[in-house]
Amino acid sequence: MNAPALKNCLEPRWLRPLLIAVALLFLVVFILLPLVTIFSQALDVNLQDYLAAALGYEGATPELPPLFASLGDGASVYRAALDDAEVRAAIRLSLFTVLFCVPLNTFFGVMLAWAITKFDFRGKNLLISLIELPFAISPVIAGLIFILIFGASGWLNMVDLYTFADGRITKLLDADGNTVTLYKWLMAHDLKIVFAVPGIFLATLFVTFPFVARELIPLMQEMGKDDEEAALTLGASGWQLFFKVTLPNIKWGLLYGVILTSARAIGEFGAVAVVSGNVRGETTTMPLYIEILYGEYQFATAFAVASLLTLIALVTLVVKAAIEYVLKKQRTG
Amino acid sequence: MNKPGSSIKSILAAAGLLLAFAAQAASYEILNVSYDPTRELYKEYNAAFVKYYKAKTGDDVNIKQSHGGSGGQARAVIDGLEADVVTLALAYDIDAIVEKTHRLPENWQTRLKHNSAPYTSTIVFLVRKGNPKKIRDWDDLAKSDVKIITPNPKTSGGARWNYLAAWAYGLEKFGSEEKARDFVKQIFKNVPVLDSGARGSTNTFVQRGLGDVLLAWENEAFLSINELGKGKFEIVVPSLSILAEPTVALVDDVAKKKGTTKVAQEYLDYLYSREGQRIAARNYYRPTDPDVAREFAKQFTKVKLVTIDKAFGGWKKAQTTHFSDGGIFDKIQSELHQ
Repeated sequence: MNAPALKNCLEPRWLRPLLIAVALLFLVVFILLPLVTIFSQALDVNLQDYLAAALGYEGATPELPPLFASLGDGASVYRAALDDAEVRAAIRLSLFTVLFCVPLNTFFGVMLAWAITKFDFRGKNLLISLIELPFAISPVIAGLIFILIFGASGWLNMVDLYTFADGRITKLLDADGNTVTLYKWLMAHDLKIVFAVPGIFLATLFVTFPFVARELIPLMQEMGKDDEEAALTLGASGWQLFFKVTLPNIKWGLLYGVILTSARAIGEFGAVAVVSGNVRGETTTMPLYIEILYGEYQFATAFAVASLLTLIALVTLVVKAAIEYVLKKQRTG
Repeated sequence: MNKPGSSIKSILAAAGLLLAFAAQAASYEILNVSYDPTRELYKEYNAAFVKYYKAKTGDDVNIKQSHGGSGGQARAVIDGLEADVVTLALAYDIDAIVEKTHRLPENWQTRLKHNSAPYTSTIVFLVRKGNPKKIRDWDDLAKSDVKIITPNPKTSGGARWNYLAAWAYGLEKFGSEEKARDFVKQIFKNVPVLDSGARGSTNTFVQRGLGDVLLAWENEAFLSINELGKGKFEIVVPSLSILAEPTVALVDDVAKKKGTTKVAQEYLDYLYSREGQRIAARNYYRPTDPDVAREFAKQFTKVKLVTIDKAFGGWKKAQTTHFSDGGIFDKIQSELHQ
């Protein structure tokens, strides 16, 4: 079957522009408008009045009000937001969370994808489904899992510790003669997990886990093992194999996975909210702090931080597009 | 000329001096786990306490603050959030911590004055400007054309006070538990949405513009008027309401472990001082100190208040009768949704 025939028999002429219009409208209403709102709220731009005047609505001021009349104020809102130590702490914590989760999940993601696509073993399908588990369950449940493991009423508080003394193993006892559980031991040594930064790292690690592996598995499956096998017969070592043969083939997908992981790590709310404990300036990430500010009627600051978060997301998108463009050029040129 | 030995000595001496200085001015960190509407109160109070403690003892205190729904915050403490002090919406939530963790003694509520409630509040109505639905008292809430906003008593401390205040009024007016129950049911029939916390309900009423009346903490009602536009809302104080006692307690085990018992105790005691009471009053909590109460008398409307102990036999009883699974509130809800 050739292309023109396909065109004639499948769709009426008007359908294509209609679908494009619907898709565009959807994009504008659900993506562009909220974005514009966030930035205009933060910058205190009077969008409503401006549009009303521009479109000549009744009751609107006859002259166009300057759109950026209060841009100075808007900038000072950002300055004030960044001057707030708790806002800075939230930004710092979010960035550290990304720095912690992205390398780890990249490493494990590559390892998993490698294992799944280059080797045959029993339970492979089960492993593939397990990788996707964090996508399947609600983030709130993901957070609760960590409370149920690491919390005071969790599993760690059921594991008794033992000590080796006088040639035999006995239960570890504290000064009052009570048995010491793993949880109590950790708390006594100030090694907090939930309601502290490690809990936030763990929860984020969990929800962002699938991204890299999920991007790589189909890619590596498609590539097969031929290249690697050829390299092996030519005497390449394991590291050479990975860095000279596999990595160049998967770098696109890997990059994509890394970008998705960072975007989710910085934006995660649900799972982090459960394990955070809401300690201001200590366990509040950017999304959590935005919610706090909103609840405190500090709308301008809330939107300032929100627009910062949005800006990070937009920059990520641009970087991703730029890298894709460069890579594509390298390939073709 | 300096010998190398002497410079090392001077460094050591300097370090020693620093150490001596550090030993003199200790620095503490305490965590106050509180509920949602106290954010503004403790922001001001913490700053005042840090200054007061520095002046009194020379020691530095760093106060960490955590806010959320009262029940959820209690849950977090139970699950291991290391609060030195808890300042929650109602005694029952602190009782829950005692029961599940034994990190503070059972008699905690008798350790501080006024049932461990340094400031009190009550439940009032917030209505839209001009009071278009003419809401004056609890009776008006049972009218079929009135839409009421209140959070869910299952999750929110404030909502439980709302519910009990309505019940107390029904009981006083109609004279029997059965009629009080019908009255409360009539009121909840007019509730279009149950948010999970007090701030959520305030936002629903104020920001989203839903409902004719918001049942709110008095302090929350004042705050929303101040923060979100004067002249847009009015406070209506009903003829009878409930004395809401947000309670505070030291979490002994945690403070002992962190070595913060003294400063944490002082932190709570200072709430009862003149200055602490004034800060509470400025944030629209009713002070318990009679002198400070007189100072701020104009701010708070006199209202007949029933107490949880007298009208409901204490929180434990109220909780099991009304709010536990299968309690009266659950039954009312399932009847309404049939």
